[in-house]
Amino acid sequence: MPLHAPLPDDEHRKRTFEWLLFVVAIFFLLIVARLWYLQVIKAEHFELLAQRNRTRYLPIAAPRGIIFDRNGEILVGNRPSFSVSVLRQDVTDKTALIEDIARILACDAEEIEKNWDKYKYFPQYLPIPLKIGITRDQVEQLSENSMYLPGMIIETKPVRSYPSGSAGAHIFGHVGLISAEELALRQGDSNYRAGDLIGKGGLEKHLNSTLRGTDGQLLVEVDVKGKLLRQRVKRQPTPGQNLVLTLDKNLQQCAQRELDGMAGAAVVLDVATGQILALASSPTYEPDIFTNGISTSAWSELLNNPRAPLQNRAVSGQYPPGSTFKPIIALLAASHPELSHVQQPIFCEGKTRIGNRDFRCWKRSGHGSVDLNKAMRESCDVWFYHMSMRLDIDRIATMARNMGLGRGYNLPLDGEREGLIPERAWKRGRFNESWYMGETAITGIGQGYVLTTPLQLALMTATIANGGTLYKPQILKKVTSHTGGKDAEVKAEVLHHNSIPAVAIAAVKASLEAVVHDPRGTGTTCRIEGLRLAGKTGTAQVVRLADEDEKGITKEEIAYRHRDHALFIAYAPADNPEIAIAVIIEHGEYASKTAIPVTRALLLEYFSTKESDEATEK
Amino acid sequence: MFDRRLVTNLDWGFVGLILLTASIGIVNLYSATSGWDSSSPPLYIKQCLWLGVGVLVMAAVAMFNSRHLLHLGPGAYAVCTAVLIAVFILGETNMGATRWLDVGLFNLQPSEIMKPVIVIVLAQYFSRHERQDGHSLRDLIVPGITLLIPTALIIKQPDLGTGMMLLFIGATMALFSGIRPKTLAFISSACVTLAAGGWFLLHEYQRARIRTFLNPEHDPLGSGYHIIQSKIAIGSGGFWGKGFMQGSQSQLSFLPERHTDFVFSVFAEEWGMFGALILLALYVLIIFRGILVAHKAANNFGMYLTIGATSIIFWHAIVNLCMVMGLLPVVGVPLPLFSYGGTNMVTTMVAAGMILNVSMRRFML
Repeated sequence: MPLHAPLPDDEHRKRTFEWLLFVVAIFFLLIVARLWYLQVIKAEHFELLAQRNRTRYLPIAAPRGIIFDRNGEILVGNRPSFSVSVLRQDVTDKTALIEDIARILACDAEEIEKNWDKYKYFPQYLPIPLKIGITRDQVEQLSENSMYLPGMIIETKPVRSYPSGSAGAHIFGHVGLISAEELALRQGDSNYRAGDLIGKGGLEKHLNSTLRGTDGQLLVEVDVKGKLLRQRVKRQPTPGQNLVLTLDKNLQQCAQRELDGMAGAAVVLDVATGQILALASSPTYEPDIFTNGISTSAWSELLNNPRAPLQNRAVSGQYPPGSTFKPIIALLAASHPELSHVQQPIFCEGKTRIGNRDFRCWKRSGHGSVDLNKAMRESCDVWFYHMSMRLDIDRIATMARNMGLGRGYNLPLDGEREGLIPERAWKRGRFNESWYMGETAITGIGQGYVLTTPLQLALMTATIANGGTLYKPQILKKVTSHTGGKDAEVKAEVLHHNSIPAVAIAAVKASLEAVVHDPRGTGTTCRIEGLRLAGKTGTAQVVRLADEDEKGITKEEIAYRHRDHALFIAYAPADNPEIAIAVIIEHGEYASKTAIPVTRALLLEYFSTKESDEATEK
Repeated sequence: MFDRRLVTNLDWGFVGLILLTASIGIVNLYSATSGWDSSSPPLYIKQCLWLGVGVLVMAAVAMFNSRHLLHLGPGAYAVCTAVLIAVFILGETNMGATRWLDVGLFNLQPSEIMKPVIVIVLAQYFSRHERQDGHSLRDLIVPGITLLIPTALIIKQPDLGTGMMLLFIGATMALFSGIRPKTLAFISSACVTLAAGGWFLLHEYQRARIRTFLNPEHDPLGSGYHIIQSKIAIGSGGFWGKGFMQGSQSQLSFLPERHTDFVFSVFAEEWGMFGALILLALYVLIIFRGILVAHKAANNFGMYLTIGATSIIFWHAIVNLCMVMGLLPVVGVPLPLFSYGGTNMVTTMVAAGMILNVSMRRFML
């Protein structure tokens, strides 16, 4: 076996070894050069890529601002909504987890699995909701068993709560997921993302940007598979600003309660400022149904309900004012005796002839000799026919607008309408016809073309009560800032100051008081002991239904639809007015049957609370 | 057979380099796998045990008289080839490759054992067939066939990385023993032709690896992902690194295979170019030491054996480093002493043991 020493040619071998060392060195130098390139020349580039690699930003929903009433009572608040979710990366046994959760929640395992699968393509680092809106008891039960439910987490997010239930649902509106169209409208506004909640109606919609805070940011570090590794709050969410409304919670609830079972609206105003103390519309709905997403069936039921519960009748319902329009004629007549000859009584024989047509008084037997006070008190139509014709329609229309009718107020509410105060130019533009005298007469008793909203009637009443100042109606008292900034208080705004002679206003006020306090008045059922009231009843004739409108509805429904609307306006106390009220009950027949009891309840509520407040102050 | 001279002549410096590198490797492994809580005991503990096993293997190989190694060679080669054929026929499929053979205690990777065995067999051949003017093609037929049979079996498994390693090791030894320029030119052109033809013999995933190597950004979330993430890890480390346990790429497990093939990326991210240079210096020292031992070997067999053993460590290190830095396709070659894995550790320690063996006996004739 030739285990011999290295070959004699040592020089050759030595060169081979030198080559070997050289080649090894070259290879390692190549590696070093590459390291230099990656870690020094391109270091910043790769650092950036590494940063981007591992972080995701998630929004933290900011709680919406709270809505308070004028006394600091919460009308719309936030409450935590619990949902059971799953962070899939931590799940060991999906089937077992679903079954256990279903058992604790006492619901169908298939339903939970369906939710799970719905979010199959959701990023791994996001928990997927299995069931939203679970109860506190369920939360407790799940939490107790969380050890045996790996991957299960309880998520909490702020949702709207409505301590006063359905009262004021029309005012507040609701929130819902932002739609594609709403998102498109806000393109470029980085504060809005898909999946955000947005106000869908009422104050929530119109003051959305005030109520909505700024979402926080959660920095989430994830790995290559999208598994959540750790997270930290990058920016705390800023809650939305709070709203303090002019509403009085008790009064609002009272109005809603009194209207229950009827279709109609009630508005209570502060006569000195135009602040809205109550604004109720009936029928209403439970705003809660929107909290966790409304079902399609519930939604279509609301939409197709013939009584239209979603409509805010207080601002969007337009009704003929009927006799509640008469104070305007009375005021004009008293202010312009040179035209109206208001001092001379008018004889009512139950009807009067205008042109070649008879215009009837509601009292067929007639009122006999009628002056302003009697005309108002007993609501004599004939007196108002004559006065209206003496005063002329254009003058009436101007006065009506100056008293708050036939105009919009740009309130942050849904579907506010302007109503309609007819005049010559309007008829010319609308029908290209000239104005007839008879139309003036019929306008004078609040029929014909005239349409008003309950809010407008309340404003008119308040304007009479305060002696002629039309205030802009306010629903918002102030906006309070979370960040410690100054509260933005909304100031009373005068829209028009009517210069009505003192004698005129005194005469009309006296007549309105007589409506309630004179035994012959039409509003005597409204009387409240120890309180001087002024009011005016009204009945609005419903336009006769066309035959095709009556198809497919029941006899009772037809009978209901043929009934007159009942109206009542009031202010109190009569000698030193504080509040003005307007109530309309659709198909409520006559005021003392429906509208007056509602008004009376509101007056009682307002003054008894005030009394007890004063008692506690003493 | 124990000789006291062995202890006095033991190359403590070399042993120190090996242990130092392996220790840094374990520390790095601790960081690379810190985010994992599933396996018990943790991987770095297991790697400590593997290091212990490796040291024993190294000592055993070092003590073993190289004369016996010489005689063992053909037998070991025959057994290993037989096992490779067995794997080929009934091997366990693991990650799409039939590389492992279950021998009860642990899965055996016969292709790994083939590396030191081929070194012994080739050292035996080249030490006996020395040519002053270099080998001709005819001289290379026997070692060529000896090399190509297991290589073909391994590539067929399919394990391109290990097969290529075997080729590189064999080629290094042949080149070292000397090849006539004309023969070298012929073999080189033959290799190029074969490589072109071989493209069609490759598995689809192997082709994909080569394709994505050529253009990793083409498929950033697919097969190009590994290379891109590894480059981000190394590059974002900068010169001074992000600090121990601070590598976001590694800690956030963006790095695939970060405890095995891509373990250097973790190290380079956390220790930066500064740390990487120190590590490279350790490898250079180990390899230079090996070449030096070969130079001073007491006999030709020892010289070739050392060259082969050193080339095992060298090629693994270079191919792995080039791979993780995007200079070579991802072929699944571990970094010696650094990547997690018993097989890799044992193979490296066998190679180190061979170098030690020859170095201790350099004065014995």
